[in-house]
Amino acid sequence: MSEWNIRETMKQLMAASGISGHEDRIAALIQDALVPFTTDVTIDRVGNLIAKVEGHGPAPRPSVLLAAHMDEIGLMVTKIEAGGFMRMINVGGVDPRTQVAQEVTVHTRTGDLVGIIGSKPPHLTSAAERGKAFPLTDLFIDLGLPEAVVREQVQIGDPVTIRRQSFELAYDRISGKAMDNRASVAAVFECLAELKTLAAAVDVYAVFTIQEERNRVGAGPAGYNVNPDLAIAIDVTFAQMPGTEPDSTFPLGSGPAIFFGPNGHRTITAGLEETARQLDMPHTREIIIGDSGTDAWSLQIQRAGIPTGLISIPLRYMHTSVETVCYQDIVNSGRLLAHYIAGIDRAYVEGLSCYLKD
Amino acid sequence: MLLKRLTEATGPSGFEDEIRQVIYEEIRDHVDRVYTDSMGNLIAEKDGTGLGPKVMLCAHMDEVSLMISYIEEDGLLRFRHIGGIDDRVLLAKPVLIGEGRIPGVIGSLPAHLTSSSDREKPVPLDRLRIDIGASTREEALALVCPGDWAVFATQYEPFGQGLAKSKSFDDRVGCAVLVEACKQEYQMPVVFAFTVQEEIGLRGAAPVAYRVKPDLALVLEGTLASDIPGTVVHAQATALGQGPALSLVDSSSIHSRKLRHHLIEVAQAQNIPYQVRNTTAGGNDAGRIHTVHEGVMTCTMSVPCRYIHAPSQVISLDDYNNTVRLTVEFLRSVERGGLER
Repeated sequence: MSEWNIRETMKQLMAASGISGHEDRIAALIQDALVPFTTDVTIDRVGNLIAKVEGHGPAPRPSVLLAAHMDEIGLMVTKIEAGGFMRMINVGGVDPRTQVAQEVTVHTRTGDLVGIIGSKPPHLTSAAERGKAFPLTDLFIDLGLPEAVVREQVQIGDPVTIRRQSFELAYDRISGKAMDNRASVAAVFECLAELKTLAAAVDVYAVFTIQEERNRVGAGPAGYNVNPDLAIAIDVTFAQMPGTEPDSTFPLGSGPAIFFGPNGHRTITAGLEETARQLDMPHTREIIIGDSGTDAWSLQIQRAGIPTGLISIPLRYMHTSVETVCYQDIVNSGRLLAHYIAGIDRAYVEGLSCYLKD
Repeated sequence: MLLKRLTEATGPSGFEDEIRQVIYEEIRDHVDRVYTDSMGNLIAEKDGTGLGPKVMLCAHMDEVSLMISYIEEDGLLRFRHIGGIDDRVLLAKPVLIGEGRIPGVIGSLPAHLTSSSDREKPVPLDRLRIDIGASTREEALALVCPGDWAVFATQYEPFGQGLAKSKSFDDRVGCAVLVEACKQEYQMPVVFAFTVQEEIGLRGAAPVAYRVKPDLALVLEGTLASDIPGTVVHAQATALGQGPALSLVDSSSIHSRKLRHHLIEVAQAQNIPYQVRNTTAGGNDAGRIHTVHEGVMTCTMSVPCRYIHAPSQVISLDDYNNTVRLTVEFLRSVERGGLER
């Protein structure tokens, strides 16, 4: 438990919004929350937030990039119809079945409006209709406003997010919207808090990337600009639940899932696993044979190649407004990163390019 | 605020304890006597200052909700509906379980782990679970047990322009109309019946009507508004903002023509907007009341409610206020002898 209340900070960041391509608001909140750790913060040309925490070693210091994407999936207004009802498209992977009967926030240029994604009364719904899931094109947003007011306030392209305060479940679980990927943002904060006690030698660039949910647009430019000696992406992965496969899902509370596969550097994987063992921390190994589906995929091939690792936080109900994690997994992910980073020096990062045996 | 207090109280069918107590505390200073019967119906009587027909106003206290049916070894909860809910509105919603309001979420497999053909089908009830954070049956049992009920975790709030949303306007808005009408004095005896178990088959109303034996009854409801995309105008049951909706016929009764005409006369005389409920779907306590004893002249007046039986239900506050007005003016007209038997 750190002296900063990162748990509460995470919940506030979850309630805020930032669908892919509209990360400015969440970026500003993250920047505010970073003040206890650093004020050396820049926003690059595509919108990534890059926060530098200087190391304690002699310059020039090796550098480590931590990448957690700050965007979230959501909807976007595409049409205003008679009566002021609105149609929408998805930004990122949205299962329309999870959107039915939700309260939403429509983010307009003049402020936020509350809406409800409408549904037909069951009394007027046939059995045949009930057997069919709504496609997104059948759903609409009701703002409860006259059509003229809607047309005045809402612009085509306004982003829409599910309206949900995050909340605590029992046994250290937290549920809400945008836990993908605010959980990882919180893990980076936990790492920075732990690093304060460890006096690591290296410079750490905490990067909060844009548009991960739209083909990982932000991570590439971030890796290119920072040009770190080593990068680690932090994201969420599938938690075990009924109907999942044991070889690709992880129990809530089982600690960080450390990536193993060609999208990651084997030495980093081994180093993270060794650190977790030394910390006597629960952890698992996530085996992915190709694209990890995270910022790590872009980071690994920037410039002349960046040695890249990935740790993931188990999360249930991904891409819904009730995404659920065990907070201890976030704390452990942050601690793991910090202690791993504290062990890095120049020789270690140079060794990451050595494959030959003499 | 009355609507907030009434809609945020819990009251699954058969478990109306909290809402009943809230209503009792709202009305006890305004009535001559208030009591409950064996089913849990709440009955409040005002004797009146003179003579006149005995009028019963009726609204049901219960709400559609869920009940925990089984706790899995992995700590997740199976559940069933109490009352009619389209399973498709359940996914990814927060709920509150039991008197302790234990928070839970209704989850299902993420889209990434399902096929595109899966996603064309709703997740059936037997594959939905409530997650309260427990990892084992023992952890879950420390907090909940089978038979605990759950309600949607929706707050009452103003919405849009002149509207409001809550989890339970069906039929707390009817309860609110009764509470407001209860604060007036009448010459004739008026009975305010807050019934149980309407949503699972109109169970509470018949015993109440049998006990009260009213000369006429008016049921106050929240009813389906379908003034939404995908419904042609002539098939819209009711529309928000058009005033209280008077019922013609539904699955449980053909409503008293005489009462309806009288309500329309009163509305026109008092310049209160009204609409006629344009569907045969749905049913309510009138279906039980009108056949009790030798029969009771019964009609239904409703506040239109969008997204009824879903987590966030919407009404027009003008419709609500006009329903209160028309209810009170109707009683005034009856006490003046305006309704011939």
